[in-house]
Amino acid sequence: MQRNKVLLLAAVAIAAGSTAACQPKPEVAPVPTVNQDSIDAANRARAEAEAAERARREAEERARREAEERARREAAARAEAEARARAAMDAARAAFATAIYFDYDRSDLKPEARALLDAKLPLLRANANIRIRIAGHADERGSDEYNVALSQRRAAAAKKYLVDQGIPADRIDVVGFGEERPAAMGSDETAWAKNRRDEFEIIVGGETLRLP
Amino acid sequence: MTVRHALALLVLAAAPLTAPAAQEPTQGVRIGLTYTAGTRPGLYVLPMRGPHADSIRAILTRDLDFGDRISVIAPDSGAPPTGKLNYPLYARLGAAAVLQLTPNAAGGLHVVLHEVGPGRVMNTRDFPLEGAPLSAGWRRSVHEVSDEVERWVTGVQGIAATRILFVRGGTLWQVDSDGANPQPVSGVGSALGPVWHPGGSMAAYTEMLDDGTRVVVRDLLKGTARRYVVEAGSNSSPAFSPDGRMLVFSSGSDGTDLWSVPLDGSERPYRVTVGRGSTNSQPTFAPDGRRLAFTTNRLGPPQLYITDSDGANPELLTTSGFGDQLYRADPSWSPDGRFVAFSTLVEGRFQIATIGLRDRAVKQHTLDGINEDPAWAPDARHLVFTSSRSGSKQLWVLDTESGRLRQLTHGPASRMAAWSPRFSIAR
Repeated sequence: MQRNKVLLLAAVAIAAGSTAACQPKPEVAPVPTVNQDSIDAANRARAEAEAAERARREAEERARREAEERARREAAARAEAEARARAAMDAARAAFATAIYFDYDRSDLKPEARALLDAKLPLLRANANIRIRIAGHADERGSDEYNVALSQRRAAAAKKYLVDQGIPADRIDVVGFGEERPAAMGSDETAWAKNRRDEFEIIVGGETLRLP
Repeated sequence: MTVRHALALLVLAAAPLTAPAAQEPTQGVRIGLTYTAGTRPGLYVLPMRGPHADSIRAILTRDLDFGDRISVIAPDSGAPPTGKLNYPLYARLGAAAVLQLTPNAAGGLHVVLHEVGPGRVMNTRDFPLEGAPLSAGWRRSVHEVSDEVERWVTGVQGIAATRILFVRGGTLWQVDSDGANPQPVSGVGSALGPVWHPGGSMAAYTEMLDDGTRVVVRDLLKGTARRYVVEAGSNSSPAFSPDGRMLVFSSGSDGTDLWSVPLDGSERPYRVTVGRGSTNSQPTFAPDGRRLAFTTNRLGPPQLYITDSDGANPELLTTSGFGDQLYRADPSWSPDGRFVAFSTLVEGRFQIATIGLRDRAVKQHTLDGINEDPAWAPDARHLVFTSSRSGSKQLWVLDTESGRLRQLTHGPASRMAAWSPRFSIAR
């Protein structure tokens, strides 16, 4: 029991001591009152700003995409137009360059040759500045020298046809190469038929052709 | 008495002298040794000793063989005989003459021709051999010996010392008459259809450029060239007049006509044919220069015409046939004036034929392969032409009298041959 008293006293003493050492108690800070309305308002404002920013960015992105798309469409359209023009020019050039063919030892124009010559007229008419050369050729049969004259006559026959259609004669040169420059090698009718021909070449003004 | 009567009498008077030897084989006036006409006299070529003896003898015997007028007997081996020749021995071997070749002190060749029948020396001469042994010039010297020996034996000079111009790989080449020394003519571009000037130092040909053809006359020794154009575009197939002064060629834009131009350009071109849009090409002169033959399609397919050289009196030379056989071209008038050689389509293939100017008789000379573009040798007996018979186009030589053939060129395709005149070289 005595022992318990001692402990109690000690405890009181400690307690008394510690009480004596304490500062005066500070005023307690007032607890802020939370205004939920203003928080909400601020949040709204922030959300609205963010939304506006997002909308602005999206609009910009959309505009950019639209511009790109427009540019792409325009480029595509341009490319397509160019391709069409190129194709038309290629077709016109091809129609012009298409060879015409003759029968053995003949220089008169066959109906299909006339049609092929007709197809050359639009280009010749649309480009009054160009000068062309018609080169006649022969197959390997027959006299080598006589074939030079025969091929020249073939070229002259095509020229006469074009002149009759209104192309000035001084815009057309003719030359006969005989059997010296074959288009196809071989000694059969397939090769011979390919070699009895007139070839057409633009020799002046070919770089700046206008489409018919 | 009319001129014609006088001429007829003259002909009659001359007849005994020029009567065909076949009627009286051992009579008549002729140069050379006497042998039965219609046969080839046998010539025994004795073995030879000395520098390049084998080459000399080989070239000579081959030349005489190619001449087709002499039957050459040339055993491969043996020593040259010494002393007097045993003429009866050579007679038994079939020789009418014996050729003896000996090198001389000047580096040339001492040549003796013995006539076996009478047993005597018929001719003897020393020939120079020019240039380095076996060179082109040296070989030509040997060919000249051959040609002279042929004249001694037959009365007709040989054609060994001649050359043939032709087209290979699109340009001009030339080759010796025996097929040796094929070589391109320097300085020539794209070329077709060469012909020799009668003087032998110039050639004309068609030059083919991208903008057309033109005629070129080239001095083969100096290398200089002159170009001839009547109408831009097409100028081709030239021929020299026999006097060498005029050049006739084909030109025109709508059809081609023959035009005559002085070589020196002193006169304006003269139009020989009036073809009205047809092709008139490939002129070839008669040796007297008064007429020319040419190819024209004025009746349809190509045919041969002859005309006075001023264009008067054009006349169909080759008569018409049927179907594709109508195609006739490449005329070449023989140097003796008697024949025109040409190409003619026979059963779809071209063959070489000749037509007699006097009787208009046509003779076909070839049968195998495709044969085109004949040109006469200066002996008016041999033709050079293009043939596919060996598989590719090559030049072949035909003896029109015996029908004997030999291939002249080998290797790359060769065509459009022209035989030179006999070269007259001053010594």
